[in-house]
Amino acid sequence: MKNFCRIGLALVATFAVSQAGAQQLTGTLKNIKDTGAITLGFRDSSIPFSYLDDNQKPIGFAMDICYKIVDAVKKELKLDKLEVKLNPVTSATRIPLMANGTIDLECGSTTNNAEREKQVWFTNTHFLTASRYVSKKSSGLKSIDDLKGKTVVSTAGTTNIKQLTEANVKRSLGANIIPAKDHAEAFLMVETDRAVAFVMDDILLASLVASSKSPGDYVISKDAFSKPEPYGIMLRKDDVPFKKVVDAATAALYTSGEGEKIYNKWFMSKIPPKGLNLNTPMSPELKHEFAKPSDSPNPDDYK
Amino acid sequence: MNYNWNWGIFFQPNPMGTGTYLDMLLSGLVLTLKTAALAWIIALITGSLVGVMRTLPSRGANWFGFAYVEFFRNMPLLVQLFLWFFVLPEILPRAAGLWLKQLPNAPFWTAAIGIGLFMSARVAIQLQAGIGSLPRGQRMAATALGLTTVQVYRYVLLPMAFRIILPPLTSEFLNTIKNTAVAITIGLLELTGEARSMQEFSFQVFEAFTAATLLYLLVNAVVVTAMRFLERWVAIPGYITGK
Repeated sequence: MKNFCRIGLALVATFAVSQAGAQQLTGTLKNIKDTGAITLGFRDSSIPFSYLDDNQKPIGFAMDICYKIVDAVKKELKLDKLEVKLNPVTSATRIPLMANGTIDLECGSTTNNAEREKQVWFTNTHFLTASRYVSKKSSGLKSIDDLKGKTVVSTAGTTNIKQLTEANVKRSLGANIIPAKDHAEAFLMVETDRAVAFVMDDILLASLVASSKSPGDYVISKDAFSKPEPYGIMLRKDDVPFKKVVDAATAALYTSGEGEKIYNKWFMSKIPPKGLNLNTPMSPELKHEFAKPSDSPNPDDYK
Repeated sequence: MNYNWNWGIFFQPNPMGTGTYLDMLLSGLVLTLKTAALAWIIALITGSLVGVMRTLPSRGANWFGFAYVEFFRNMPLLVQLFLWFFVLPEILPRAAGLWLKQLPNAPFWTAAIGIGLFMSARVAIQLQAGIGSLPRGQRMAATALGLTTVQVYRYVLLPMAFRIILPPLTSEFLNTIKNTAVAITIGLLELTGEARSMQEFSFQVFEAFTAATLLYLLVNAVVVTAMRFLERWVAIPGYITGK
């Protein structure tokens, strides 16, 4: 029903735009045209999606995609010059800053789900990740059932801790689940043996392991707690013309093969500042998604 | 502002399967109150002991009280909790450290004790000031009556000093309640923690933090009212705090 409404809205908007001509801009596009600037929200430590390099400049996979969107917006509005402003966001500030117009796009690792779509919109999915756990090799854990009766950590307020709680009940693991404030702290709990495992998006686990003191000590589980969930670039809700431009830009990027090139730059080679290599080849699901871009929040749509 | 207000969110089921979002916030409130209550008991007892030590004639006791207060009040609470939770178990012998780490509810005990010790330094300063504000003659008169040092404190100085410092102690108690919010950094899901979880799940930031603010205000209003009654109940007519 909701999707149907959105298609209807999009149709109405396309119709309205073609009727009134392109000079009748509204919402974000009008704002960008008027101010000659677009503001990108970035995260300071979401490696490799959006983080700070050694010059305190935000870089990453999601940042590269956002710059491609900026180019498309510039072309759409026929501007000679478009200033790009950068604004740091955290998981607590991204919604207020998006709602009050401080940022126009959020370039990070935000999961696109139905609940959140009541508050913001997302463009085509740029990454798919499943919930897995990291543990020390020495603890010999292999499957989800190995967590029986153990202390397991996850980050408070994430979809991952929710899935862990559900698995705990469904498989009657009797695990002691403790919430951590953020990913770094949760990983520290495993590093210091306060917890045996940390449940999180597998790609975030890979980057935490890669940047840890001894990456060889850790192993990420094969078992997953969830289907692959989509990450999306966030934009303001109910701004149909802007979403159209952004969707067209990301779709063109992913289908052209340039998307895969950017992917390989961040996931298959050494990345600044410390020259880590995440060594994570593109999953078949993501390959499929790049061939047929989609902004669906439903994990079942990605196969 | 392009924000989708949804006050009904509190009555929707939360994704953890533990009832509604409101239940989630209320369970956080209960944890906040438990932590604050335990921390305040620790702060009052330790703070009183240290405060008395700072006013004793003994140089050693003075020095200990001084060192204690400066240690606990000069380090940000956030840093202290981090040290207690993450660093202390690492510098203890391995078995003891492991025991500490695997303690059930470790974040709760660490937070209550950590906040309690932090606040005890402030209670100590208040009590020292309260005792210092009494006329010097009181201590001398008590000694002249033949009371021992313990008796001087027990029967003369402390009953007076505590009455004088009751209003500032109220505000220290309120601070203790507010300071429990720092416990989120060691994974204690108290009221602020639950509000943050709620905004992460639902993206309804403003509703979550509005509710948390109202709950903190409500608790503080109850504390202030209760302390006013206590002040009136212990007041002695004719003294500084009496009418």
